[in-house]
Amino acid sequence: MTTATPRSGTAGPKPAPPPGRPGQQAATAPRGETAPRFDAVPMTGAQSLVRSLEEVGCEVVFGIPGGTILPAYDPLLDSTRVRHVLVRHEQGAGHAATGYAQATGRVGVCMATSGPGATNLVTPIADAHMDSIPLVAITGQQSRPLIGTDAFQEADITGITMPVTKHNMLVTDAKDIPRAITEAFHLASTGRPGPVLVDIPKDVLQEQTTFTWPAEMRLPGYRPTTRPHGKQIREAAKLICAAKQPVLYVGGGVLKAQASAELLQLAELSGIPVVTTLMARGAFPDSHPQHVGMPGMHGTVAAVAAMQKSDLLVALGARFDDRVTGQLASFAPDAKIVHADIDPAEISKNRRADVPIVGDCKEVITELITAVTAERTEHGHRDLAQWWAYLDDLRGTYPLGYSWPTDGSLSPEYVIERVGQIAGPDAVYAAGVGQHQMWAAQFIKYEKPRSWLNSGGLGTMGFAVPAAMGAKMARPDAVVWAIDGDGCFQMTNQELATCAIEGIPIKVAIINNGNLGMVRQWQNLFYKERYSQTDLGTHKHRIPDFKLLAEAMGCVGLRAESKEEVDRVIKQAMEIDDQPVVIDFVVGADAQVWPMVAAGTGNSEIMAARNIRPLFDGDELVADDAAVDAVIAEARPHQEQGDEG
Amino acid sequence: MMERHTLSVLVEDRPGVLARVSGLFSRRGFNIESLAVGPTEHPDVSRMTIVVAVDDLPLEQVTKQLNKLVHVIKIVELEPAASVQRELLLVKVRADPGVRSQVLEIVNLFRAKAVDVTPEALTIEATGTAEKLAALLKNLEPFGIREMVQSGMVAVGRGPRSITAAAAVR
Repeated sequence: MTTATPRSGTAGPKPAPPPGRPGQQAATAPRGETAPRFDAVPMTGAQSLVRSLEEVGCEVVFGIPGGTILPAYDPLLDSTRVRHVLVRHEQGAGHAATGYAQATGRVGVCMATSGPGATNLVTPIADAHMDSIPLVAITGQQSRPLIGTDAFQEADITGITMPVTKHNMLVTDAKDIPRAITEAFHLASTGRPGPVLVDIPKDVLQEQTTFTWPAEMRLPGYRPTTRPHGKQIREAAKLICAAKQPVLYVGGGVLKAQASAELLQLAELSGIPVVTTLMARGAFPDSHPQHVGMPGMHGTVAAVAAMQKSDLLVALGARFDDRVTGQLASFAPDAKIVHADIDPAEISKNRRADVPIVGDCKEVITELITAVTAERTEHGHRDLAQWWAYLDDLRGTYPLGYSWPTDGSLSPEYVIERVGQIAGPDAVYAAGVGQHQMWAAQFIKYEKPRSWLNSGGLGTMGFAVPAAMGAKMARPDAVVWAIDGDGCFQMTNQELATCAIEGIPIKVAIINNGNLGMVRQWQNLFYKERYSQTDLGTHKHRIPDFKLLAEAMGCVGLRAESKEEVDRVIKQAMEIDDQPVVIDFVVGADAQVWPMVAAGTGNSEIMAARNIRPLFDGDELVADDAAVDAVIAEARPHQEQGDEG
Repeated sequence: MMERHTLSVLVEDRPGVLARVSGLFSRRGFNIESLAVGPTEHPDVSRMTIVVAVDDLPLEQVTKQLNKLVHVIKIVELEPAASVQRELLLVKVRADPGVRSQVLEIVNLFRAKAVDVTPEALTIEATGTAEKLAALLKNLEPFGIREMVQSGMVAVGRGPRSITAAAAVR
């Protein structure tokens, strides 16, 4: 154990080992010697596609049939190994596949027809690209002789998705289908994961061909580096042991590499504070004393300050996104950077790395543990007590908190907090995008990897319901909550019909503030309270009535409008396991997400609450005692809920 | 000051590979000064010569992003001093019999060739570095340039080593 931190005696609970992932290997690589081999078995292109999906380990496809993909749906009807979930909109298929992938690490698969079917997949594909999600999208295409003639439902989907896929391909010969599917799954799930689109013309699906499996891949230009360079690891270990104010800056790559156990070991060995980005919530237990919170625009003051004041940032599978760094020029001015990522293009893209490490996070962290242990034995390490004292002071002064609306309405933060407390750390939470997403990232406590699903990079409203559906398909035994906003919910709620009919009992908490809340917050702060086009009328007119809407789609509809009702409806929802449940939480419209670093400003400008600047840039921790008292007062109601901030 | 860099990029000869490369440059905000693409001694491999004007740090991003394209096999930067860099110029110059000999004198000086002759014009073919071709054009300008077309740069490293040797597909 470390002597560097005063909390060495109070190590937090160890997270459960990464969930077992049966089928993972099957999903990422052709099976080995024992796998059945097929040698030139005659069949159609469509049958070859379905057989390839079966052999590669695909269990579920989210999709909608249509003209050009029709041939594929015929053999799919007979498949006992691939389940197809008929969604209501292709966007839902894409996000469901993403939810499936995020909840398990396996490849998510979606399918659509040509033209509008394919273009409706563009948003979820772009979303998966930004968040490095292993996704395979299969689209029908017009028959080969019609390509390029502006035929009915023709769209150049490989051209359209080129900038938002890891790779894509147009299959022009049916005998290439097994290879295309093998390559697509391999590309999607290895290296830095990402979406791969396979476009197949209708006549290719219809033509007679032969099926040979395993299929040989031909990817001479694809060689991801997973083993880190030993010299760089030793260099990083030296910096880690020499740093006085180090921070482990943990990104989504740690989850993708399934490196949470290793991360915990490295953190406890080194005693270094840990921050987990929006994409990494759950990679390190929130309850662990070394966890100082989420960094970034709506991060905790302690996490933002830790990075800003740091003399060494150890970035693990993170990409120095603008929402984390704020104004790049003033970000962590005194920090040296160790940057480990499997994608070499991320290293030094935004912030120059002093020690670049290309490799898989699991291997990188494992080797760092060895190297740091050796370095500590050989040269010792710095005492971090002062650093921890500084951060503890900030944590104590500026805990995450919220105040109750003065108009007597329900606090959205309270609702989200209670969902998290009642459903607990074993549940899976999927969020939309906006205020509710930030509150869900702040006020639900994540203890386990893959329990928090959201659209971080693209910020896709409408993500929650379909992603929750995909996650519930992947982990039927887990309780899956969609934390959604009333704006987001109205973009993709039709998938509730899918959930009801296909037997996917997700739970949806609509944080209904009647508005596009985050936009309204910005209008409040930066546009002189001129609320242009943000009132959705969901409060004023109760259109739609979410309870009735839920019931109309075969779900249980509940509503809570006061604090007293909150626990009752959440518990009621927890007891229903044979139907999707939707709860309309009618909450106040004026709640805001704090802390906040305003867009375009530096992280030192963070405001703990409106007009409250900790000003930790100077030597003095806090500039204005009265301001601090106000923040503490504001945070108190939250504290009184008996929840550690 | 932005420097000019010459990248030799070996790519799989697949449909759309040029679009993938050029699309990457435009969406990442990198300017291509010139791009030439053609076959190599390996039937499945094409070679692009891309000239970009960027500083060292963005250049690192260019090559890293290019390397992420699945169809890109290998990227080598060719230093001007350690490589042969050539462009091709075809230029149609106004040259009636009265000035034709003067024009041909310039053509010979630059070791260029006249490839088409009519009573009013001469078409000249020249290869060389960008600087040499610019100098040739400057000398031809007074006679009147009717039409010109120029290729992107192609380049190959000096010495016996080959960048394609280890890059055979499969």
